[in-house]
Amino acid sequence: MEYVNLVFEEVYKILFLLVPVLVSVAMIVWLDRRVWAFVQKRQGPNVVGPFGLLQSLADALKYIFKEIIIPASSNKVIFILAPIITMTLALIAWAVIPFGEDQVLANINVGILYIFAVSSLGVYGIIMGGWASNSKYPFLGSIRSAAQMVSYEVSIGIIIINVLLCVGSLNLSDIVLAQQNIWFIIPLFPMFVIFFISALAETNRPPFDLPEAEAELVAGYQTEYSGMMYAMFWLGEYANILLMCALGSILFLGGWLSPIDLYPFNLIPGAIWLILKILLLFILFALVKAVVPRYRYDQLMRLGWKIFLPLSLIYVVLTASYLFYFNLLPTI
Amino acid sequence: MIAHAVFFYVFSIIAVISAIMVTVSKNTVHSVFFLILDFISISCLFIMIGAEFLGMIMLIVYVGAVAVLFLFVVMMLNVAQQKNQWFYSEATSGHIPIGLIISTIIFFELIIVVGGWKYKPELLNPNTTKISNEISNTHSLGQVLYTDYIHVFQISGMILLIAMIGAIVLTFRQREGVKTQSYLKQISRERSEGIEVLEVPSNKGVKIDD
Repeated sequence: MEYVNLVFEEVYKILFLLVPVLVSVAMIVWLDRRVWAFVQKRQGPNVVGPFGLLQSLADALKYIFKEIIIPASSNKVIFILAPIITMTLALIAWAVIPFGEDQVLANINVGILYIFAVSSLGVYGIIMGGWASNSKYPFLGSIRSAAQMVSYEVSIGIIIINVLLCVGSLNLSDIVLAQQNIWFIIPLFPMFVIFFISALAETNRPPFDLPEAEAELVAGYQTEYSGMMYAMFWLGEYANILLMCALGSILFLGGWLSPIDLYPFNLIPGAIWLILKILLLFILFALVKAVVPRYRYDQLMRLGWKIFLPLSLIYVVLTASYLFYFNLLPTI
Repeated sequence: MIAHAVFFYVFSIIAVISAIMVTVSKNTVHSVFFLILDFISISCLFIMIGAEFLGMIMLIVYVGAVAVLFLFVVMMLNVAQQKNQWFYSEATSGHIPIGLIISTIIFFELIIVVGGWKYKPELLNPNTTKISNEISNTHSLGQVLYTDYIHVFQISGMILLIAMIGAIVLTFRQREGVKTQSYLKQISRERSEGIEVLEVPSNKGVKIDD
């Protein structure tokens, strides 16, 4: 009986986290299209519901009722597994995101490594989807994205090392609490910029959306997918984008901490601050999509390996020497 | 405790079965996927014994990077089509005795090495070893690698660097007629260099040298 209660409590907690995440993924798709439209002086989706807020729900309904087509010569098990993996990986990473002092599903010691591991597994959904489709365009798209995601993970990892040097712990709550005096965006501003651009590449957002570049590859690894399986890819992608925004706000923008530590602002719960920061980063993501043209593949690789990697390595050396010289290194 | 045992057996059974499937499955790409499953269940086992740092690093390095490159190579070489008929085909069956000899030698070498190992007395009785709650295993690993054995660690780093440079030098060759794009040249191009405005006489046209 005790076990059953324990399991129910955990399931309840997980649902309490996952349902808002899924709903906000739907809302964020709407926001993305709206921002994109406003930059181009269009209206965007504004018909379904107030301000078009229910557009994503309508889209989801449409996807559910569409027929799922599985290509005859595809590798069926892997073909079906690919969107499931993408979506699962995008959602399980949320388990360690702290929304407040103790408001976290799993407060594990190596939270940041967990997120990093899960986001590096995300590439498998794309590779499997592209390979199992047994068709040229999806395969090209998945090969591209494998190279792209592996390259940019390296620089994200080194940027995380920069932050960890200042914190001295891999726990996400500790990382937030270490920013009580000063948010890491101020001392580590160049790293924040590189992190933001690498996050764009890691989540295959424009201007780095080469895996699904519609002008060259139809829709990349998603070409053969339809109906609910396509929708799962799409949900997983946006959940990943939200996750990257959350990671950015935890690493650099002080997570749930209020920007002004004074009386009226202290009353607002930390979760709201975190959500506001995630939204801010996401609007930046959406603006980049609207403003910047797509990169060429060689430019993408050059940026990742020849510019971001050396820059972030140099910054690790700088941060470490600064902390060491002024005796600011965190102790155990 | 029961839940712990159940999880342990689930993960270890998955690890063993997927390790067998790596060698048995006929499609090479499937082999790589089983290898990934194997890595993941091994890292779950690492996390279960309290070595969460090792488990996560295993996921990041092996699953997130090494296995991706494996998959990349296997897919690009298109070995998926030719299937894993290595064992049955006549052309390659001559290699089997040599392979068996080498693997038995390595097996016995491993037995000799592991058999001659000297253990700390507390390691042989795992019930008495305590996991310290004071210091996380990330910190204690860092202590061992970067404080106690820093020189050995640096030397192994140098060896890896040399191996990397060696691999690059071995595969590097100067190729003729490769066209490279100079980034600086592209963005520093002016309008006057690219465009020439010509007066075109009517009914005669101009000759453009190209």
